Amino acid sequence: MKIIKHTLAAGAIAAASVFAVPQASAETPPNMLVLGQTISDLITLDPAEIFEFSGGEIANNIYDRITTFEPGDYETLVGGATESWQISEDGKTITFTMRDGMTFHSGNPVRAEDAVFSLRRVVKLGKTPSFILTQLGWTPENVDDNVTVTGDGTFEIKIPADISPGLVLNALSATVGSVVDEVTVMANEVDGDLGYAWLKTNSAGSGPFSLRAWNANETVILDRYDGYWKGAASMERVIVRHLPEPAAQRLLLEKGDIDIARTLTPDQIAGLEGAEGVTIEDAPKTKIVYLAMNTSEGPLADPKVWEAMRWLVDYEGMLGSFLKGQYSMQQSFWPTGLFGSISENPYTLDIEKGKALLAEAGYGDGLTLTMDTLNVAPFMDIAQSVQQTLGQAGVTVEIVPQDGSALWPKYRARRHGLILAQWGPDYLDPHSNADSFAHNPDNALEAKLTGKLAWRNAWADETITGMTEAASQETDLDKRAVMYRDLLTAHQTGSPFVNMFRSSEQLAIQDGVTGFVSGPTFDLVFYDGVTKE
Amino acid sequence: MASSNALAGPGRVPGLLRAARQVGGVLGSLALTFLGLTAVTFFIGRVMPVDPVLAIVGDRAPAEVYDRVYLELGLDQPIWRQYLLFMGDLLRGDLGVSIQTSRPVLEDLMRFFPATLELATAATLVGVLLGVPMGVAAAVNQGRPIDHIVRVVGLIGYSAPIFWLGMVALLVFYAWLGWAPGPGRLDVFHQGLTPSVTGLLVVDAALAGQWDVFHNALAHLALPTAVLGTYALAYIARMTRSFMLDQLGEEYVLTARVKGLPERVVIWRHAFGNVLVQLITIIGLTYASLLEGSVLTETVFAWPGIGQYITSALFKSDMNAVIGGTIVVGFCFVGLNMLSDLLYRLVDPRTRA
Amino acid sequence: MTIAGEEAPTKAGPSDTGTTKTGIRAWLLAEAPTSPRHATLQRAYLSWLAFSANPIAMAGLGIILTLVLAALFAPWLTGTDGVVQSLEDRLTPPSAAHWLGTDQLGRDILDRIIWGSRITLYIVALTAAIVVPVGLGVGVLAGYVGGLVDAALMRLVDVFLAFPRLILALAFVSALGPGIENAVLAIALTSWAPYARIARAEAMRLRNAEFILAAQVQGASTWRILRRYLVPLCMPSVIVRLTLDMAGVILIAAGLGFLGLGAQPPSPEWGAMISSGRQHLLDQWWVPTVPGLAILLVSLGFNLLGDGLRDVLDPKAGS
Repeated sequence: MKIIKHTLAAGAIAAASVFAVPQASAETPPNMLVLGQTISDLITLDPAEIFEFSGGEIANNIYDRITTFEPGDYETLVGGATESWQISEDGKTITFTMRDGMTFHSGNPVRAEDAVFSLRRVVKLGKTPSFILTQLGWTPENVDDNVTVTGDGTFEIKIPADISPGLVLNALSATVGSVVDEVTVMANEVDGDLGYAWLKTNSAGSGPFSLRAWNANETVILDRYDGYWKGAASMERVIVRHLPEPAAQRLLLEKGDIDIARTLTPDQIAGLEGAEGVTIEDAPKTKIVYLAMNTSEGPLADPKVWEAMRWLVDYEGMLGSFLKGQYSMQQSFWPTGLFGSISENPYTLDIEKGKALLAEAGYGDGLTLTMDTLNVAPFMDIAQSVQQTLGQAGVTVEIVPQDGSALWPKYRARRHGLILAQWGPDYLDPHSNADSFAHNPDNALEAKLTGKLAWRNAWADETITGMTEAASQETDLDKRAVMYRDLLTAHQTGSPFVNMFRSSEQLAIQDGVTGFVSGPTFDLVFYDGVTKE
Repeated sequence: MASSNALAGPGRVPGLLRAARQVGGVLGSLALTFLGLTAVTFFIGRVMPVDPVLAIVGDRAPAEVYDRVYLELGLDQPIWRQYLLFMGDLLRGDLGVSIQTSRPVLEDLMRFFPATLELATAATLVGVLLGVPMGVAAAVNQGRPIDHIVRVVGLIGYSAPIFWLGMVALLVFYAWLGWAPGPGRLDVFHQGLTPSVTGLLVVDAALAGQWDVFHNALAHLALPTAVLGTYALAYIARMTRSFMLDQLGEEYVLTARVKGLPERVVIWRHAFGNVLVQLITIIGLTYASLLEGSVLTETVFAWPGIGQYITSALFKSDMNAVIGGTIVVGFCFVGLNMLSDLLYRLVDPRTRA
Repeated sequence: MTIAGEEAPTKAGPSDTGTTKTGIRAWLLAEAPTSPRHATLQRAYLSWLAFSANPIAMAGLGIILTLVLAALFAPWLTGTDGVVQSLEDRLTPPSAAHWLGTDQLGRDILDRIIWGSRITLYIVALTAAIVVPVGLGVGVLAGYVGGLVDAALMRLVDVFLAFPRLILALAFVSALGPGIENAVLAIALTSWAPYARIARAEAMRLRNAEFILAAQVQGASTWRILRRYLVPLCMPSVIVRLTLDMAGVILIAAGLGFLGLGAQPPSPEWGAMISSGRQHLLDQWWVPTVPGLAILLVSLGFNLLGDGLRDVLDPKAGS
């Protein structure tokens, strides 16, 4: 009984102190930026391995890349850790000059050796994004010869593959182009792993912030680097909070517990409109939502069915309702407005046309299909809308929603029927998408070209594959742009892809917080310009 | 049946012997249970349609990268072999590295488990402190309004979907009234300040003398505790009432009353004294089920606990993390169950027959 | 009295408890039973009298009956099939046209709740259909046969009892793929064990009862004894436990639905409705709140009913 009395007393004290807590004035500290978003995809912070959205974003604020884009201008490629470059006449060698006076967070100078080490490291570790560099013809064996220091502050790269130097420079603006501090990384090397185990959860960069802590599924905390070459950021600390529930994000934003909510739904944005103290900003992104058909067998192998599908999607209806503000029409695989893009969106919902095409293909009596998709918004909603419009044309669709971890293996093994998914480029060059949506040199199951969407859907069109290759090799910029436009048009009307929408990020920002830049790709998000009043 | 002191009288020595034998038996079945637990979890992990390789390399990985990681994970080995290798590592205290956090599972567990422990302990405390008196009051006043109120309140607490209750609680107490802080364990600007000793933020902050962090942590704890505590309270009140009714119907209570003992003494010393053991069993069970069953509450309150850890690991096919987490939770679950069982057998005269 | 194993005391037994006591008092209402069936009916009637005198239990029964009626007459009670979307009417507040408002795809929430009652009942019935035979079979066999069989079966039961329930269900569903049937299977796999324990305790108590010994002497096979005598006698405690468990089953199914592992869209399963509606809690509170209340109400109904049944069938059982 005594025990109970004591616990009672303790409980009473605990309860009393809870209510005695003076509610913190709901505002984040003036020197700190707090972001609410999802970081559950984050599994590594090593730039040689990062291939996830949050990872790319965070790495962009920790590391300088060999080439990059200035916040706000995503058409002019500029130097990051390099000052300038020279392309040889034959387009096979590029010589880079390092930027002067840069230092890493450790205090070490940023040298040409570091850049060379970083590129070789990506190829030698051979993690997933290494293909961005190996497409240049580099292998773990030959990379030491192809990437070399040529003098004090200069290095050169050779391009064995038949590939346009413009594309190479764009590729070096990807996260794999990040320059890491060789001295620090190698000091943490274990069993010849090139510091891989250590760099997964630590940082060794020269960017505006350094990593203080990464608590999986909770927070990433970044500290300001005072020696940043562009000048120290205004915020002393950036905290990225994992808030998977958009409703929770909105609540925290309204309560002043976060500065920027990153993944609100259109309905929540609508609810915030007119709310005091919060501004909504649109940041167009490059992610494409598409419906694809596994052409291995059955009705989905028929180009007439492909065409019918394109007329059986209620693009406008979705954009006008649950996709409002966060998606826009995009019926080709490369975002309109970027280099080499087209702006035509020829398809609208036309049940009769769709029905007629299906009848022509011999499916006038209806069809039953499955549609795999991700079990999250907006895919679930889009899937249900498509299910309904297809149903009106006699196509019965069973939706199979699942987590990505279950969907991707299925997709890569070609075990899907219809699939509703999204794709974003790995770097800002049309080849990044063309290589996936249009290029399939070997359709055999054994070829395992699993990284390519065309292969996954068992679709190999010789003409279109040829067009893709030619465009990636063209050295003349203007010609290259025209070639991509032709490719996009051919793909738009003659592939088993129904490209639908392009995503746009809607940022809900606390008044007084300015300078946050969210570029077109996930790895072009800049924290360092943020200021608070 | 009269109340009796378990360790008194001539039964004492055989009682101890029996206890020793029982402890041995308990340890034996504990080991067996764990073997079953790890085996089932491991094999479930292997038949899942989720690909652990893709969880590491991402869906765009080229075939070469995929194949290399496949071999690195030892997935080409027969499944029994994989299990043996896994168990070997496990016995050496190596739970492997988690895919989702890139850190050793053991290190993760030391961080995530205390968060759940903190929440479950607080909720159980609420359940006991409120539930027991409520249950006693209902039993003593059987059939009167207070009894009905306790029963219905208890049943409602027991019937509400906890994730929904959590959402509504956040809406009302955080969004509308502003009484409670938002989801999470701490406000961001308090994060990372407190040296981790026990992992229980409230305790750590108190140990470090950081009273502002202490208050903040406590405030963040209040709402999830209230939600989870509702469930604990409902169950404990209900069981207390039922046990007390049993006892109050016994002859010795009548005798005590006839003897003119004050009602307070009859209820609390005699009747309540006799239900204490059963009650501890129930509290142990509640505690155990809260340790494992807080996944949904953790999801709603963005509480970085072990339930969330295991769930997100499951979605990522991060089997090292799933098995590690399940073992810890299973250990607590089985441990608490057996402890209360043992206590029950040692103290309750009827089961010693 | 022997209490089996580590089981909490269940002094259950339909023949010698409340039913009969009430029966004696109400005896004058009826003639002496003329046949076994008469006796059974009489007993059932008397149980009903006791049950119906309990307002709380009757409230529970009322809720469950409403659920069953809603499920039965869903086509006549609703204006839509609960699945068809109407994007122009999305997220409208409760009104004369939509009594409980509409959801994010413009579907009438009341209609979805009514159609969802079928799913709830389906889950409940399917779980019971798996859990009861398995649990009863294992338990009765272990309790009656004893020895090595008992030890082996009980170890198995322990393993399943030791598993964290929701986590095991999660793992099973991830392994089997999301969907109602798989969710039910997972729930059943994690909840049959306590039934085995109950049944075993009953069987152990009864196995030396005179009528069992008599049957053995007459040469009845083990199978026959299990089926004809033990299983029917275990039923009351099992039914009580089942009714009380149903609330838990509904909550776990809803939890799985909430995590996206239970019923799949566009199915109007209530947990999934909360899950997909939870983004609208701030502005359109009714979207997630209504299905939450429905779950609360039905699981409350089962709990009340279970409480009432226990008072009638098994008045002394603790849990």
